Amino acid sequence: MKEVFVLAEHRQGELRDVTFEMLAKGMELSQKTDTDLTVVLLGHNVEKFAKKLTDHAKRVLVIDDARLENFNAETYQKVLTHLISERKPTLTLVGHTAFGVDLAPSLATELDLPLATNCIDISFEGEKLVVVRQVYGGKVNVKASLRKSESYIVTLRPATFEAKGTKPQGGEVIKIAPPFSDDITYKRFIEYFQPPAGDVDITAADIIVAVGRGIKDVDNMSIVEKLAEAFGGVLACSRPIVDKGWLPNDRQVGTSGKTVKPKLYIAIGISGQFQHISGMKNSDLIIAINKDPKAPIFRSADYGVVEDLFEVVPTLSDRLLEGKR
Amino acid sequence: MNIIICVKHVPETAEAEIAIHSSGKKIKTEDLVFDINEWDNYALEEAVQLKEKHEGSVTAITVGSEAADSTLRKCLARGADKAIRLTDKAFEGSDSYVIARILHKVIQDLPFELILTGAQAGDDGYAQVGVVLAELLGIPHATMVKKVEPLKGFVKVNRELEGGLEEIMEVKLPALLATQTGINEPRYISIMGIRKAMKKEIQVLSLKDVGLTEEEVGESGSWITVEKMFIPPVEKKAEILTGGVDEITTKVVETLRGKGLI
Ligand SMILES: Cc1cc2nc3c(=O)[nH]c(=O)nc-3n(C[C@H](O)[C@H](O)[C@H](O)COP(=O)(O)OP(=O)(O)OC[C@H]3O[C@@H](n4cnc5c(N)ncnc54)[C@H](O)[C@@H]3O)c2cc1C
Repeated sequence: MKEVFVLAEHRQGELRDVTFEMLAKGMELSQKTDTDLTVVLLGHNVEKFAKKLTDHAKRVLVIDDARLENFNAETYQKVLTHLISERKPTLTLVGHTAFGVDLAPSLATELDLPLATNCIDISFEGEKLVVVRQVYGGKVNVKASLRKSESYIVTLRPATFEAKGTKPQGGEVIKIAPPFSDDITYKRFIEYFQPPAGDVDITAADIIVAVGRGIKDVDNMSIVEKLAEAFGGVLACSRPIVDKGWLPNDRQVGTSGKTVKPKLYIAIGISGQFQHISGMKNSDLIIAINKDPKAPIFRSADYGVVEDLFEVVPTLSDRLLEGKR
Repeated sequence: MNIIICVKHVPETAEAEIAIHSSGKKIKTEDLVFDINEWDNYALEEAVQLKEKHEGSVTAITVGSEAADSTLRKCLARGADKAIRLTDKAFEGSDSYVIARILHKVIQDLPFELILTGAQAGDDGYAQVGVVLAELLGIPHATMVKKVEPLKGFVKVNRELEGGLEEIMEVKLPALLATQTGINEPRYISIMGIRKAMKKEIQVLSLKDVGLTEEEVGESGSWITVEKMFIPPVEKKAEILTGGVDEITTKVVETLRGKGLI
């Protein structure tokens, strides 16, 4: 029986959500194409993960080795090259994460298999594999097809596919000896590093005023600071504001920052790319202020204001302060 | 330390009106402003800072049309020593796998200890050129790089993971590193830099110079082919508050008051 592979992703003793999102999509694809769903689990002392994953797939291939304890593109690639060459899955799903982007392109190149990265949908049309991707900061979608192949590799965007619960699959755990004898030679994991936190915890705030690149200049930051104060909320931001050093990194909302769920989230001059959206989409109420009516942020907001932020923000601050008097 | 940077000339689209070309396979770019890809801009700065600390040279390479010269000039003005543009009609329709193959053919004959690329391109978001290129060259790589420290024979890097966490890795040289935004503070270009850059020559190479066949590039060599582009369907739409600024802000305040949020 042909297989669909899902590469389990885990870090610091936890299976990551993207694993279950890929398993849900993988299950759907394997049912449609009459193939088995197989999880590939690489790590060290991962029996607990293996057991949990048996609920979600027909089988779990476990490669347990001290050299696989932490993600490392070198060792992971060695193992996966071996497994994919041996078992020839029709498709291998990998997360489009910091791990996946470090691994999938070199793996596909070594195996000479077509790869599509950062996909938000995927389906087989006959033997042809068709994917949907987002380009130009989420303003345009692309439907694309891959070069015909026996086996494909696809990275899926996290927080895009729903991790549905299925009835326990009672999958079989199969242990495989690590297919490499030589030591790690060119890439060594040293340790994790958590940048120190500041004094404001944006995840605890009820009201968040978030500012993006639309603010243009550090000198303009005072108008959003004032608004945050008028709301009695905290000031947060999109990534470019941290990159420029205008706010500390613990104020960043998004995949590489914090995930927040305030009662009110006001996005100002933020375009709404998925890395930002996935950090704030579960807020109770979202208001977006952006001068571009086509900005993707309006697809995630409850209320939109299509205006120049430099006019709206100061007026809104005044209104709020008036009301308080 | 000899460093090669791979850069891409991309349209700025965050604030622009986007229209799809009549072919349905690309966007109209006539009215868009192009610049160096945001992630590559950080790779460029990192390369120049490393050169300033460890000597050597910086060579900037792009696959693109003549218009991409402005991005290469920017690299030269900011401190790159040499610029190469790979241009051929046959390259049109190439996906990022083919772009990596084209770059590989040229880079394999150049001396280098380090290759820097951006972690992704802001336009198509593949995040794969660097890693494919490293594999073709047979050298190690690290992506999402937030810190680079060259040591004897290897480089120590911080890779950015999700949620702000980083991992520290040691990667043997020569290596390819794909930089994440925020790794440094890109400098402004001096007038003198611009003047000097205008005088420098940009080396232009074609398909023949590169040594690939027509079949190996363009759509025929690609892993992935665009079938159609479309404006994403809207699942949930914000209620747009209209009127003048006074009216809108009043509506915002009333709405929030109604919900007990203020
Ligand atoms: C691995 C990875 C991780 C990332 N992690 C994160 C993350 O955690 N968080 C994050 O935010 N991003 C993250 N990003 C970056 C993300 O892809 C975007 O680049 C970023 O979110 C864009 O920020 P922005 O919306 O502020 O800027 P832009 O996309 O440049 O948008 C600016 C917006 O401001 C509007 N604007 C401009 N002027 C005005 C005005 N006068 N009035 C009103 N509106 C105006 C424009 O119309 C535009 O929509 C990550 C990227 C990568 C590759």
